[in-house]
Amino acid sequence: MRADGVLAITHVALVTQETVFWVLAILAVVAALGMILARHAVYCAVLLAVVMLSLAVLYALQGAPFLAFVQVIVYTGAVLMLFLFVLMIVGVSSADSMRETIRGQRLAAGIAGIALLVLLSLMVGHAAIGPAAAAGPGYGASNVQRLAALIFGRYVFAFEATSALLITAALGGMVLAHRERTRPKLTQREASRQRVTGTHPTPLPGPGVYAQHDAVDMPALLPDGTPSELSVSPVIARRPVRTEPEPPSLPGPPGAASQEQVTTPAGPAGDEEDEQR
Amino acid sequence: MSPAAFVALAVILFVIGGVGVLVRRNALVVFMCIELMLNAVNLAFVAFARLHGNLDGQVIAFFVMVVAAAEVVVGLAILMAIFRARRSASVDDASLLKW
Repeated sequence: MRADGVLAITHVALVTQETVFWVLAILAVVAALGMILARHAVYCAVLLAVVMLSLAVLYALQGAPFLAFVQVIVYTGAVLMLFLFVLMIVGVSSADSMRETIRGQRLAAGIAGIALLVLLSLMVGHAAIGPAAAAGPGYGASNVQRLAALIFGRYVFAFEATSALLITAALGGMVLAHRERTRPKLTQREASRQRVTGTHPTPLPGPGVYAQHDAVDMPALLPDGTPSELSVSPVIARRPVRTEPEPPSLPGPPGAASQEQVTTPAGPAGDEEDEQR
Repeated sequence: MSPAAFVALAVILFVIGGVGVLVRRNALVVFMCIELMLNAVNLAFVAFARLHGNLDGQVIAFFVMVVAAAEVVVGLAILMAIFRARRSASVDDASLLKW
């Protein structure tokens, strides 16, 4: 009776394992495919996070809980966030152009990919991977201790070399990402003088002040109804700006605005705008 | 779950990453595809460790993760330097050495 119960429990565990594996495997493959197909780099990063998290669960499924947590903390937490930071610096607008720059490159890449898949599948298929051996002492509650014994025992020199590598990489990152100041820093006096004598002494108009939305990517509407390009940060304006038709009921004086548009944009506001450009 | 299924998944992910490296133009996405390939190899290492019932594969996967972290730091810093100099993250634009 007791043996039956244990058997049933192990059977349930096996079925659960299989279910988790198939769900996560399909999820990982679909996310990976989406990653190489998505146009925007941010989508790629998020889909890569999906792949990495499902791989973390797969590690845990195979009796590697330490690696699962390292995967979540180091890969998903640190590496991917670094990717996202650099994406934000380098520019979200750097969408890939889908135009082929080398003729036939995509076709050749597809053929190479299929060839690689066939090669690796043949290799793995010939290897005749049997069922898993009996789990050693490191599989179970003592996984972390056994790993530590290995890392600080047999692999201690590799571990020390890794520390040197990490320090070198940190230094290299600092040196490469460092930028020399090419001109002296502006003092407060110089900055204020530059502003007063410059083309635009007043503060720039804020985004979305008179527009329908107050989102930062909506340009503010000038009194004559035209959007002011000055109100949107140039970093954001590089993205396609939503253009909506003129709403029938503006909160402002709609008659005056439409009249202004119908006649000439030569009001005082329009003149100012023209001068600014 | 037999380790063969995990190795098969690792092969598929590795090939997807390789095709991504060949197809994409944005250097950041190419980098992400390389990370995907490293992850696939890690999965294979863990599967082989389970196959043999010992922990050496897991230690190797751990080292791969550490080296990948170092590689990402330096690689992204290089990308940022290139972006500062050339205002582009496309792999086609970094062609200064071309005759």
